[in-house]
Amino acid sequence: MSALGRQRWLGPAMFLPAILYVVALVGVPFVLAFLYSVGDVKVGSVGYHFVGLANFKSVLQSPTFLRSLRNSFVFTIASQVLVLLGANILAMALKNVFPGRRFVRFLILLPWVAPVSIGSIGWKWILDSLYSVINWVLIRFHLVNEFSPPMYLGEPKLAMISVILVHTWHMLPFATVIILAGWTAIPKDIPEAASVDGARFFRRLFQIELPMMLPIINVAVLFGVIFTFTDMTVVYILTRGGPYDTTQVLPSQAFFTGILGSDLAEGAAISLFLVPLLVVVAWLMLRTAHKAEVT
Amino acid sequence: MAVGLKARQGFGRAVHVLVLLFFSVALGFPFYWMVITSFKQNPDLYNLKNNPFIFNMKPTLEHVTFLFRETLFLRWLGNTLFAGICVVTITLLLAVPAAYALTRITGRWGGHVGIAIFLTYLVPPTLLFIPLSRIVALLGLQDTLWSIIVVYPSFTIPFSIWLLMGFFKSIPRELEDAAMVDGLTRFQAFLKLVIPISVSGILTVVIFTFTLVTQEFVYALTFISSASHQTVGVGVPIYLVRGDVYYWGSLMAACLISALPIGILYNLFLDRFIAGFTVGSVK
Amino acid sequence: MAIVQTRALTKVFKKGELGAVNSVDLESREGEFLVLLGPSGSGKTTLLRMIAGLEEPTSGEILIGGRVVNDMTPRERRIAMVFQSYALYPHLTVFGNIVFPLKAQGMEKGERQKKAEWAAGLLGIGHLMHRKPRELSGGERQRVALARAIVREPALFLLDEPLSNLDAKLRASARTELEQFQRRVATTTIYVTHDQVEAMAMGDRVVVMNKGLVRQIGTPAEVYDEPADTFVATFLGSPPMNLIDIGEATVGFRPEHFFPVSHLAGQAAVPADMREDARVGPYVPLRFLISHEEYLGAERILYGKLEGGRFDGKPAVSRMSSTHGAVFESGSVHAFAVRQGDLKFFHREQGTRTQPVPLS
Repeated sequence: MSALGRQRWLGPAMFLPAILYVVALVGVPFVLAFLYSVGDVKVGSVGYHFVGLANFKSVLQSPTFLRSLRNSFVFTIASQVLVLLGANILAMALKNVFPGRRFVRFLILLPWVAPVSIGSIGWKWILDSLYSVINWVLIRFHLVNEFSPPMYLGEPKLAMISVILVHTWHMLPFATVIILAGWTAIPKDIPEAASVDGARFFRRLFQIELPMMLPIINVAVLFGVIFTFTDMTVVYILTRGGPYDTTQVLPSQAFFTGILGSDLAEGAAISLFLVPLLVVVAWLMLRTAHKAEVT
Repeated sequence: MAVGLKARQGFGRAVHVLVLLFFSVALGFPFYWMVITSFKQNPDLYNLKNNPFIFNMKPTLEHVTFLFRETLFLRWLGNTLFAGICVVTITLLLAVPAAYALTRITGRWGGHVGIAIFLTYLVPPTLLFIPLSRIVALLGLQDTLWSIIVVYPSFTIPFSIWLLMGFFKSIPRELEDAAMVDGLTRFQAFLKLVIPISVSGILTVVIFTFTLVTQEFVYALTFISSASHQTVGVGVPIYLVRGDVYYWGSLMAACLISALPIGILYNLFLDRFIAGFTVGSVK
Repeated sequence: MAIVQTRALTKVFKKGELGAVNSVDLESREGEFLVLLGPSGSGKTTLLRMIAGLEEPTSGEILIGGRVVNDMTPRERRIAMVFQSYALYPHLTVFGNIVFPLKAQGMEKGERQKKAEWAAGLLGIGHLMHRKPRELSGGERQRVALARAIVREPALFLLDEPLSNLDAKLRASARTELEQFQRRVATTTIYVTHDQVEAMAMGDRVVVMNKGLVRQIGTPAEVYDEPADTFVATFLGSPPMNLIDIGEATVGFRPEHFFPVSHLAGQAAVPADMREDARVGPYVPLRFLISHEEYLGAERILYGKLEGGRFDGKPAVSRMSSTHGAVFESGSVHAFAVRQGDLKFFHREQGTRTQPVPLS
């Protein structure tokens, strides 16, 4: 065998273990999810019978599912809009050097780097039905009734808003640092040239800088959408999907049905509704990456 | 004119400070709240008449002591550490050679495989947990720490490969050529040259993998049903709650202790993670 | 010591990738300094990397010291290579870099130390042994790279544009040093460059390459004075050879061979080279319409157009020493000449050398 011929098996020998591992634990369950969704698998059951689209039919007829589906979109869109607005403002505030910038950055990052389940339990305490510090302040300023203060996690609308805001809180730092990376990557001479040409702050921002930032903002949004649409942690910890399933989202409902309810097949059918969005995001991401490669 | 300019600058600075202040408070408040709650005596904590923002009675360590003495917290910390070390080891063993092979040995289609692997990172636990719970059961790993040790690398490996590929690409090719001319085989060059000069990239992967292990929630919740086998990320929010009674003091102390070290570690390596996410879209 | 041969050595790349090599036959001589010269993308680096064993040939053979080495790894070929970026190992000290190839050979520690000191002494970098590469200047890095190359006494030196990362001043002195160093160790050396000055100054022989093909192999004087084709004629020399299409052939002459007639007539004494006119033949008179002049200190370059006869309207360049005092106004026409023997004739389409054709 030739000297370089030996390298021909060296490459595969080095990357195949990793790929096989990922295929076994991502690819195989991914396919199984499809199989389960058209079968009758329950926890403890052994056999497998093909039942066609029966699971999807029963899922689609359940009002809880339709509500979860709607909630998932509301949850994702609302929190991502807030994240995008906040992250752009915050990134602009952070892009210039000022004393204490490192500390502020650390503080602002904490919600992202702390385990999300831990952060959510912190919020659960802040939003507590009895000891909520928010209510304490509102009562002080006589903004709410002392004897029936709002129950942030107990009333459907407030619960949904709480879930959205806590998720926004969690995702904001991530989007901020990505956009910040974009800001620092803009060649300084371009905005400088624009200001020499007489462009004021807002003209510079909207006509020069933001368009240049668009690819990176895309990245932040795409990751944000994926991480939000498929997340169940915030909902699970804050409300368990309640009150009365009003804050249920697709992933949490899949968990309650498939794992706690032992109906693997129907759970799988519910979680498969995540797939179309994943495909769209993956496609958009490849396009962004491709464009970046071309330019 | 000069006055106008100065006024405008002053206004800009005020807005800047206000924006920073708003976000710092909004994002940092829960952590302040964890600190305050952790060290407050219960009579202070549960008295609605007291100003909740300050210590009205002497601070106490009773919640922290309770946490370590009476709960499984220490156990969870140990579990998390153990799982973290195992997952890091598996990830490094598989991802480092794979990333190198895909950047340097396989040529052009290695890059495509790299992108494909990265895309698997986008497949969420909430899509896979149902079939995986069965696979875990088949392997006889349900309700053990090993279930997550086996499953976690399925998402730490893809992102680590992606991070490392970016890192290896930045190593000049001529270095490896020189090593081979100097008498090493390609694989020896990888071991004796590429790995030593990639220490900081590998360290990034270690920290990243470890933080992912501490942050993961869904798989641990699904596969592990006994409190004593849990990690911090599930143990604290699920099992520190007894019935409907929350021991808020010790709960917040647990949050603080598990969140801060990870936060600090992550912060040190932040720029590298961001580079991993933004490869291609920032020049 | 060894000679290198290549037989129909070919490397085919995918579309869009530069540097293919097309059926190259080459043979170095014992201990010679052989320069591969060509523009970027001409395949010279690919050729070198194939000899090193870093690139696998598509077809053809490589022989080092008479043995076919196609199937050998770089380490088995007993070669040393200096890279354009020097490729010093950033995590090792200078000493660590120099002993690296010896360690790979499994040489015993004491001997390694001795060898490293010998190599460092030879290049005058003994005092840098404990520095890291990033603490060195460009010139020092280059010497460390050389020390790392010679330390195991290779059969063959391969150098890939080792001077291109140095600034212009340092490059000139490094060139001389490198050349003297090669003479001293007398190891067969193959040196890749795109810089014709380096090639002419250092090479025993120069291999001129373009688009994967060897255009000419010869001593610096041969490739300059007797270019094999129009590519070599225009690639070497600055400004390049004047090429004039006269229909049945292309005529070429070097700018320095194209001079004003006053240069001949105005001299009181007959210049020495005039006596050799018998050898180079009679002069071809040409009328030269000057458009502008560049004064470069040591020399003057005149740009303009030829007038009259078969050369009418063709652009040409003349180069002369600044010691020549004549004044050439823009727009003025002067009587110039080229010696018959300095005219080179090329095939119109293929660009290869042909027999002289009568001009009048």
